[in-house]
Parts: sequence; structure tokens; C-alpha cells
Amino acid sequence: MALLHTVNKSPFERNAFDACLANAKSGSAVLLMEDGVYAAVKGTPAAKKLGDAMKSVKVYVLGPDVDARGMTGKLIDGVQSVDYGGFVDLVTQHNAVESWL
Amino acid sequence: MEEEMMEGGGVQKKFMFVNRKAPYGTIYALESLEVVLIAAAFEQDVSLAFLDDGVYQLIKGQNTKASDMKNFSPTYRALEGYDVEKLYVSKEALAARGLTEADLVVPVQVLSAAEMADMMESQDVVLSF
Amino acid sequence: MPIEVNGKSFETDEEGYLVNRSDWNEDVAKAMAKADNCDLSDNHWEVINFLREYYDEYQIAPAVRVLTKAIGKKLGADKGNSKYLYELFPYGPAKQACKYAGLPKPTGCV
Repeated sequence: MALLHTVNKSPFERNAFDACLANAKSGSAVLLMEDGVYAAVKGTPAAKKLGDAMKSVKVYVLGPDVDARGMTGKLIDGVQSVDYGGFVDLVTQHNAVESWL
Repeated sequence: MEEEMMEGGGVQKKFMFVNRKAPYGTIYALESLEVVLIAAAFEQDVSLAFLDDGVYQLIKGQNTKASDMKNFSPTYRALEGYDVEKLYVSKEALAARGLTEADLVVPVQVLSAAEMADMMESQDVVLSF
Repeated sequence: MPIEVNGKSFETDEEGYLVNRSDWNEDVAKAMAKADNCDLSDNHWEVINFLREYYDEYQIAPAVRVLTKAIGKKLGADKGNSKYLYELFPYGPAKQACKYAGLPKPTGCV
């Protein structure tokens, strides 16, 4: 029963990212999109938490949103970038999607 | 507040635009930039402050090709031509985001929270986005 | 109100500005100018091309004051002044030239 969690808000502005990590079970996937991608930027408190979370959940970012924000090459290691097609694949590969807004 | 008369007889005021939102998640950043250009076209004394997620607006290397949105970050470089040269960036906001001045598309003045507060205090009009 | 050029129709807004910037070509500019009874000279094209380059660089159409200053910087003081630009584009250099260049109306232009 693996879930795909999506986060689309900046970790500095809302607590959606923290709430997501607190509720994501081991083996589930987290996809950061829109302003949610800022949580994967090196040197931020959120990225540190994300690094710890990666031991039990798989972390993805939506590449087009990372590019738009000029954050390409600034993300922590171990985060996998997907395009829109990859996003659709992730949705189909998981039982349900939980959106943290 | 004292008001300065312009050549044409209009009034010039000190306008500060305070930007606190990331560029694409909401429309605030783009709307702010639009009003900045209008204020500058009306020859007002315009300054911009970037706090919190607002610093993300100025990040170099934004590429919106794949997401099919308008990349308006090059427009910040046009501000100089509009005589808008007072761009203030929060030191704390940059540091918290793992960013430095070198990551930004335009030359800015990096200010501490206390310096920023003084800058806000000295305005006639403060508009928040 | 669409504009017809070489048998093709292009969408414009109520003031005659192109809706899709990618629709632009030199014939579109000529057709717009013709509708205003304006024959495009090399001097007109110099300003139109300058505006297109400005838009590519900054993603906005410049206000008239900014355009005048920037033209002066690039093409010299004899061209970077209101008199010269208003003679070329009597409806307003930023407004009229931006239209022919396929750009939106400059921000702050009323």
C-alpha cells in the first residue's frame, strides 16, 4: 500500500513539507513540485530533514519546476528528477496520491 | 512626509515594494514587478526589498522552457534602465536558503534585518507582495 | 480584431497588438504600418529591431523614457531623443513601434 506524497509549497512558508515527512511511511515516495522543490536545495534546514528521510522514503523532484526556479545543480544528492511523463508514471506505480498543500 | 516636486509639477514619493514570495508558485512576484515598472514610468523614487522567499525571485539560471511559464527574471535586469537601482536583499533570507549574492541576477545591497527595518521606516509608501 | 497578412489571419487585441508574439514577421509589421498610413523606412526598422532585441533581453516592452535613453546609448544622441522618435512614430514611439514589433503595449503606458 505504498503512497505517493506530493508537496507543492515552500518549506519556509508553510508546514506542508514537515507534515508530509511526519506522515510518510517507510517505502513510500515523496515528490517535490512547484515551490516544494526548494526543500531539496543544499544548505537549507529542509534539505537536511529530507536527507534523513531518504533512508526510508524515495524522494523525487519535478525537473521542469526545478529548472524554472534556477535550482538545477543546487539540490542535495540522492534526489531523483522526473519530467511530466515520469510524474504520471509515479502516479500509476503507487496505490494513491496524497497531496500536501 | 515631505514631498518632492518633479519637473512637470507632479509629486515624487518614496515607494518601497516588499517582495516575500517565491516567483512561480503565486502571481505576487510578477504583479509586484509590473507595479514597480508603472511606478518607475511615473518617475517615482522606487526601491525594492526582497525578504524571505522573495529572494528566490532574483536567482540566476531560471529556465521555464519545460514548464511553459513566462520567465520574468530577465526583467529585473531592465530595472537599471528605469532608474530603479535600489534593490535590497535580506541577509538572513539568503543565508537560510543556502544562497549568496553571487547567485543573484542583478547587483543588490545585502542588508541585515535591522538595516532593512530602517530602510522601510524611511519610505512614504510601502507596498507588500 | 484579426489582421490579414499574405492570406493568413493573425489574432490581435482591441488596440491592434499581436496576441501571439510568435506570429510576427516583417510582413505583419508592414501591414500594421500600412493600416496607419505609415511607410516603414530603414529608420523605422532600426527602432523596431531595437525593440525586438530589447524584449528578447528583458522580456518587457520598455516605457518611452527608457526606450529613448536606450536608443541614445546604442544609436547615438541624434536618434535617442523624443523629437526624432515622435517624427518616426507620431502615435508615440513606444506604443506604435511596439505594435509593429509584435510586442505587447509597454507596461505603464496608458
